[in-house]
This record gives sequence, structure tokens and C-alpha cells, in this order.
Amino acid sequence: METIFAVASARGKAGVSVIRISGDRAHVAVAALCGPLPQTRRAAVRVLRWQGQVLDEALVILFSEGASFTGEQSAELQVHGSVAVGSAVLRALEQQPGLRMAEAGEFTRRALENGRLDLAQVEGLADLIDAETEAQRRQAQRVLSGAVGQRAEAWRQKLIRAGALIEATIDFADEDVPVDVRPEVAGLLDGLIAELKVELAGSHVAERLRDGFEVAIVGAPNVGKSTLLNALAGREAAITSALAGTTRDVIEVRMDLAGLPVTVLDTAGLRDGGDEVERIGIARGLQRAESADLRVFLVQDFSEELELRPREGDLVRLAKADLLDDPSGGLSGLTGAGVDRLIREIGDVLGQRVASASVMTRTRHRVAIERAIEAMESAQAEVWKASGRIELVAAELWSAIRCLDQLVGRLDVEMLLDEIFASFCIGK
Amino acid sequence: MFHVKHYEVVVIGGGHAGAEAAAAAARCGVSVALITLRKATIGVMSCNPAIGGLGKGHLVREIDALDGIMARAADRAGIQFRLLNRRKGPAVQGPRAQADRKLYRQAVQDQLTALGNLDIVEGEVVDLRVVSGRVTGVELTDGSIIATKAAVLTAGTFLNGVIHVGDQRRSGGRVGDQASVRLADRLAALDLQRGRLKTGTPPRLAGKTIDWSRLEMQPGDDEPELFSFMHRRPFARQIACGITHTNPETHDIVRANLGQSAMYGGHIEGVGPRYCPSIEDKVVRFADKSGHQVFLEPEGLDDDTVYPNGISTSLPAAVQEAYVRTIVGLEQACILQPGYAIEYDYFDPRGLTRGLEVRSLRGLFFAGQINGTTGYEEAAAQGLLAGANAAALAKEQEALILPRSGSYIGVMIDDLVTRGVTEPYRMFTSRAEFRLSLRADNADQRLTPRGVALGLVGEARAAAFTVKQEKLDRLRAVLQSQTLSPHVLRGAGLTVNDDGARRTAFQVLSFPDATADMLMTIIPELSEHEPEVIAQLARDALYSQYLVRQSSEIEALDRGATTAIPQDFDYSALSGLSNELVSKLARRRPESLGDAGRIEGITPAALMLILAHLRKGQRKQAVS
Repeated sequence: METIFAVASARGKAGVSVIRISGDRAHVAVAALCGPLPQTRRAAVRVLRWQGQVLDEALVILFSEGASFTGEQSAELQVHGSVAVGSAVLRALEQQPGLRMAEAGEFTRRALENGRLDLAQVEGLADLIDAETEAQRRQAQRVLSGAVGQRAEAWRQKLIRAGALIEATIDFADEDVPVDVRPEVAGLLDGLIAELKVELAGSHVAERLRDGFEVAIVGAPNVGKSTLLNALAGREAAITSALAGTTRDVIEVRMDLAGLPVTVLDTAGLRDGGDEVERIGIARGLQRAESADLRVFLVQDFSEELELRPREGDLVRLAKADLLDDPSGGLSGLTGAGVDRLIREIGDVLGQRVASASVMTRTRHRVAIERAIEAMESAQAEVWKASGRIELVAAELWSAIRCLDQLVGRLDVEMLLDEIFASFCIGK
Repeated sequence: MFHVKHYEVVVIGGGHAGAEAAAAAARCGVSVALITLRKATIGVMSCNPAIGGLGKGHLVREIDALDGIMARAADRAGIQFRLLNRRKGPAVQGPRAQADRKLYRQAVQDQLTALGNLDIVEGEVVDLRVVSGRVTGVELTDGSIIATKAAVLTAGTFLNGVIHVGDQRRSGGRVGDQASVRLADRLAALDLQRGRLKTGTPPRLAGKTIDWSRLEMQPGDDEPELFSFMHRRPFARQIACGITHTNPETHDIVRANLGQSAMYGGHIEGVGPRYCPSIEDKVVRFADKSGHQVFLEPEGLDDDTVYPNGISTSLPAAVQEAYVRTIVGLEQACILQPGYAIEYDYFDPRGLTRGLEVRSLRGLFFAGQINGTTGYEEAAAQGLLAGANAAALAKEQEALILPRSGSYIGVMIDDLVTRGVTEPYRMFTSRAEFRLSLRADNADQRLTPRGVALGLVGEARAAAFTVKQEKLDRLRAVLQSQTLSPHVLRGAGLTVNDDGARRTAFQVLSFPDATADMLMTIIPELSEHEPEVIAQLARDALYSQYLVRQSSEIEALDRGATTAIPQDFDYSALSGLSNELVSKLARRRPESLGDAGRIEGITPAALMLILAHLRKGQRKQAVS
């Protein structure tokens, strides 16, 4: 087994950057850089040298086989977090025999192969690593605990019951079981379809929790949308990252609002006319605002008519409260009046939706559930048809069962494994 | 010193598995010896006088598609043909026939006699010859040796067989036969798990003592569906069966005497099938039912014996007579032979390969009840596969492995070798997850080309199949090239969306309300094609949209099957697996990841772990 290495901490400038090395040659490779090795599991400061050049002064930690994340002999080098230092160390490692850069997810894959993690943990792990907010962390923990499998198993049992009833009328047609099983089958299907639909709706929220909610600030030009965005973004502990490259028409700022991952969109002001560039900007803004999870309308007058109408759950606030005679209930990005309350309210609205979040956090979960629902609906339609093609009802039921099998990886393990590891980036 | 005879393949046992195994091996072109206690009993139907049914009928058609003997024998002997589930879709219809026992036996023996390279040897095999882990011959009671390259053992219920009638018990196979105790002892030395099963028979009645005038009679179908693709019409005179019912009085007698039943008196330890319960079972388990159906099946045209299907029992003979006489039409019935239960040993089929070869002894194949199955059809299908594979081994050719996505035989073998049995294994259509494509009517299209390639299918059938296939291809091309407008279709009385889109004639055939006759009024040239060919394509069309979807599911299943797990895979090295799973996997030795997934209790996480390890091994190899 080759020895692999990669930067395990986030890319870019930082105080410290961690380089992880795993495999039979991990300790040899580190010794080649730093000379005498420290004891395992003891941090020690060492100067890293390669071909006569000093690379950096680093904190070196060694792990022995069977007592590391991957289960293999491993090492971690904590170096200064500059891009230049990182690349110099990586180059020095690459030049050593039997060492190569890790592929995406390879550390975790080795951990799985060596029995350090079970499947459920692997599946939740990717999410856990990516979790930026408290709600995301809790969700990843739920997935980690195997909740997906438990739920799928319960549905599977009911589907098998329905399938068994249908099969009995097919395979024992010649024996005396002339009971009409259709009412019970239809009842089971009704219940299951409803249950899976709730889960499906919840999976939308669950995916949102993973990927972040979108909240759009909408209003006429110059009503204070950008000021509000800055006020939201400027709050302590609010900004976690800003997405680059989206500033031409819609400005996006990703932040942690009330523990939830939220991307706030500042859209172009809604008005008629303007030049073509502005009209395109408005159209895009409308589109994004339309598909956002929540819209905050800034108005100067509650009777104001905008091209976009507020939907249920959307928040409408009086803008520029600092200029009003009675600023209570209004909002001002400039003075900060009402901003805390707005954050609370956004948190409440989204938080209510999160409460319904399912454990089906991934697109593949959702697709499997959608297919299962489709199959069950076809079965339901066929059950009562006069043409009596009961074998088609059965075929749909088994198809639904296979969807659930695929969901938990009972079927097509290979593809599942590929998909899971495709979601890892290098160094994890 | 005896002269040592040599045959490339030896088949032990002349029941349904043995006859089919010997014939299959012989068709493959090797020299075959079929060793049986009595030549005259080859092809005997020792239980009910019927062949086929749901799932079982599919097996018979598949045997026929591979040019086996069961379907042709059943057609020759058939005295009442019924297509079960006729009102349901074609995928779940199963051909079934009452068979004249004597005609059936004769038809099997005739087919075997016609095979030039097959010798029938009367005798009892008492031992196997084994040289360096491989079967090299068999020893008979008289000490003579038959040398061979491969042996198929079809011991039926003879392994430690015990017959029970009430509290009477005796060692033996079926009535009148000796148990093969010595061979059973010999096999015990092999590293194979054993289990015990039971099966039962009803009392046989004298037909002339039955008051048929009081019974509902069930005739065969007006247009009989035969088993063999080579046959069109029945050979024997057709008769009807009677139907009657048990009643509370019958049940009272059974209940009062349960203590004397071998089963309920605690004499039987074997597990019986849930789906073919004895009358004792029915009375106990379905206590709220006041009556059970009983089919009165004549055992032959010139045989007065009647088989009352539905009241198998292990009660004492006197009790059997008492409860039989409570049944309408059987008030005066005489019992010719009392019903009995038989207990026998089987070997856990998880010790076999997919080619039905014993994993721990090269050259030894098992087929039939010895593998824990029940039924003539299940036995014959295994016999065919084992015989073909014994011949393949003798010829040093690749084994014939049938995937579960392509045939009922494949489903059965896969179930047996990956899941094992907990009760006598019987075929059902519901065991086949891809049932819509595995129909009785297309068994030849699924299997005959494979059989031809292997030399398992004779020239006559191969030629007939080619002609049929050409007819199907020609008509399919016509149906797919002809398109019809909604206007025309609505004119013919079909419910179609008036969306202007033209449908191919093939698509139209899949509509629930479309018939071939209706289509013929629109496309007159269809009348040039045979009705049977049109009907076959209509059945294909009916399921076509489902088949497209299923094919991606079959792919997923086959992907699992193609990920092979080496036989020396070290499960104990998987530190994430529980000890229970490790020992289960080590014992079962699944051949592929798909097999592993079907082992009880194996979790998706465990599969993932195995797969991860397999890939790790592959990467290691790639590196070195």
C-alpha cells in the first residue's frame, strides 16, 4: 500500500496548516525531513529540511499503526499556513520513494477499509466535516447514527407485507385463499405514500440544511437593501464566508443566522425602465428571489405594489426606520434598529422548517424516495383496475422495495461507495 | 477381481432428478451410467399424479427449452391440462397437468432408452471412490466398481429415510424401497451441514368406491396448453377431476386424534413445508376454517387409484379411514394405501457451487431432494443442470451457470446456494424478482440458444426454434414499423389520447384494451402471421415498458454478481464486522458481493466493508 499525503486543513493563508501522511512509509518520510522522530502521540517541534534547505519549523505528531484515523502508520505536520510553505513540504514529500498525493477521500476510504469507521459513519462524516453551523452538525450526527437505514427498514417491512398479500393471490390461486386482499394493500400503500411524501418534503429542507438556505432582500431601488445586507453581515460572528464571483447582479453573503447556514441575497431594486444591463439585473434578481427559501421585503409604505408579491411566511418590513416618526416595528440598516429582531424572525421561520427536516440529506436519498413513491402510485392505480394485471402491482411493489434497498446500499453497493467518496475532497 | 467399467458420468438414482441428469449428460455427448435400484421404477411419480403449476410450470418449460425430458413425458401422460391463473397476466400463468402415472413412467423410460450413450445399471451404490480430493468412481453392493470422472447423486428421500404412519415407524425410502443407509453414512464423512425435513402423502382411494355423482367436477381447459414447445395437442384421453371439501366433522376427528399423529405425537423432528400442510396442520393452524378444498385426482386412465390432494396425513390408518368417510362423496371410500409422512436428511445446499457441485469434493454433484427441495419439477431442473455440469467437467469445459435474472432455474439455484433452506424448497413465481421477463411462454427464447451452444439441445429442437425465432423477428419488424394515428385507433374502438402522435403497432398491443383481432382489422397483413406468433408478441408488448425499467434493475443486480469474492477471502481481517457476521460469511463463502448481500443478517455496512477490502486488494495488485 502506497503512502499518501495531503494538506488536511483548509486551503489558503492561515495561521497553521496541517499536512497528513498515512501509510507504511509515513514515519520514514517524516524522519527524512526532520531527523530524530518524537515518540508517537507526543507533539514535538522540529525543523524540516529537504536537500539542504530549511522548509519550515513544524509541530510533528506521529501515530502508530492501529492507533490512527486511517488505522495505518501516520503522521501530521503542523506547518505555518502559507501557500509557499505548504507547497514546499508537499514537494519534498512527493520526491520520496513510495509516496504520492492522496486522492479525494482517500484517508477516509482507508479508515473504512481498515475498519476504523463503519459505513454509517462514513456517510455522515462528509457532512460532519462540511458542517458550518450547529444545525448542520446536529443533522450530520443524526445521519451518522444510522437513522436513514432505520426509516427505510420500516417502510420496507410494510411494502413487503403488501407484496406478500399480492403474491399470495398469485401463487396460491389454486388453493383456497379467495380473500380479497386489495383493501389491505391499498390501505398500506396510502399510508406509505403519505409517509414518504412527508419525508420527501423534509428532504428538501434537509438538503437546504446541508447546502444553506437562501434569503433574498427584495424592494424598490434605494430602499436600503444593501445597507441591510451589510448590517446583517457585519454582526459579530455572522459572516463565515463570502462567495466570490457573484457580484455582477446578485450579491450573495453566506452567514450563520441563528445557528442556520444562510446565504443572504441582495437583489437589484425592482423598478420599470432603466438601461438594458439593469433590466437583465432585475430579471435575474427576480428569478433568484422567486426561488429563495424566504424573502424579506423592504417597503416604504405597506400599500406599495412590487412586481414580486410576498408569499406566506415572507417578511415585510418598513424600510429606513431612522427617517420615520415612529421607528418601532421598522428597520434600519443604518442605525441597526430592528436588525436583531429580523434575524430572530428569519431564524424562527427557517427554524420551523428545519423541525420537519428529514434524515434524507442527499440528492441520492431524495431520488430513491421519489422513485419509490412513483412505483407505489403506479401500484395503487393498478390495484383497482378492472384489467386485473395483478402481476404489475407486484412488479411496482418490488420495484419500490429495490429503491429502498438502493437507498441503504443493500443493492448496488459499488455505486453507493463511489458516490459517497465522490463527495470527499482531498485530505479527508 | 471385478472388471472395472468406465463411464464419463455416473448418475446415482432414477427419480426425476436422476433421469433428467442422465439424459442431460448423455445429450452433451458423454458416456453415462444411470444406476438405480430397480430399472422399472425410473420415472415413477411417487407423490401426487400431476406436473407443473405456478412456478413449477415455468421450470418444466425451461427444462423443455434445454431439451430435457420432463415436459415431453408430461405431455404424453397428460390427462387433464389446465393453465393456472388464466385470468391473470401471462407472466404469472403456469401450465399444469394431471398425469397418468403409468404413461408418465413409460414416457420417461422411452426417452432414456432412446439415448445411445446412456446405460441403465441396476444396483445400489454403497461408496464413492475418491483420489486426491476428486471422485474417481462408485462402488456397488456387489463390490464392483464403476470408474467415472463425475458423479451426480440424486438420493431423494432415501438418506436416513423414516416412514411414519401414526406411531408406526420404519426405516426406508418410499413404500417398498430400502433406505440407502450405507451411502448416507459415507456422506456423513464429508464436510457438509445436514438437516432434516419431512413431507407427507394422503391416503390413496379406490375410485370406484367414490360417489362421483355428488361431486363438483373440474374439466381441463378447452384449449389445452402443453408443456413442450414441440407439442401442440394432448396424446392421451382427457378426463375431469372431482372437487370436494372437508367439514367440521372431519376436523373433529382429526383434532380428537392429534396425539396419535406422528407429527403431533412428537415422533417427527423434521420441518415440513408451510405451503403444503397436512390435514393435521390445517386443522390446528386454521382452526377458524370450517372446510378445506380437496381435489380428487385420478392416477391414470386404466388405474382406479385416486389421489385426494389436500389431506396428506401421518395419522394411524384407522383414523384416516374415519375422517375420509366424513367427506362428501367419500362416505363409502376404501383406502388402498394409507397416507404417511416421511422424514429424510438433506445436505445444506450452501455447500454447493452454482453448478451444483459439492464444494468440498470435486466431481460430486447433488440434485433434487437431497438439496432440500420438494417437487418433481424442482428435482428435474436441478438434475438437468447437474447432469450438464457433470458432463462439462468430464469434458473439461466451462460450467453452465444460469443467472437469476434469466431463468427460474437460475433463481432456484441461486436461492439454494446462497440462502439455503429452512423448509422443503418449492418454486413460486414470486421467488423470481424479474418475473415479467421470465415467462413460461418465452422460456425457449431465454434458454434454447444457450442450450444449442452447449450441445445440450438436439438438432430437431434447434431447427424448430430457429424457424419460430424467424417468425417472431419478422412479425416484430412489421409491428414496429407500422405506425397508427390516434384517429385510426379510436375508430377501432381503442381508448387513446387524441394527441396526434402515431403509435407503433407494437405499442398498441400493450394497451390493456387492445386485442390481436382488433389490430388485424386495421393492419390486414397481420392475418398472414400465425395466431400463436401474434399472441407471443402481444405478451412481449404487454410488459415492454416494465421490462425497460427492470433491465436497469437487473443491471444493478448483475453488477453485484460480477464482483467476485475470492474463496480464500479472510473475513476475520475485517475489523469492522461483528464476530457473528464473520463466522456466517466464513461458513457460507459467498461467490460474489451480490450473494453476500442475500445472506440473512448481512447489513449494507458489512457489504460496504467487504467491497472496500476487495478494492483495496485490487489496488495492491495494480501497484505490485
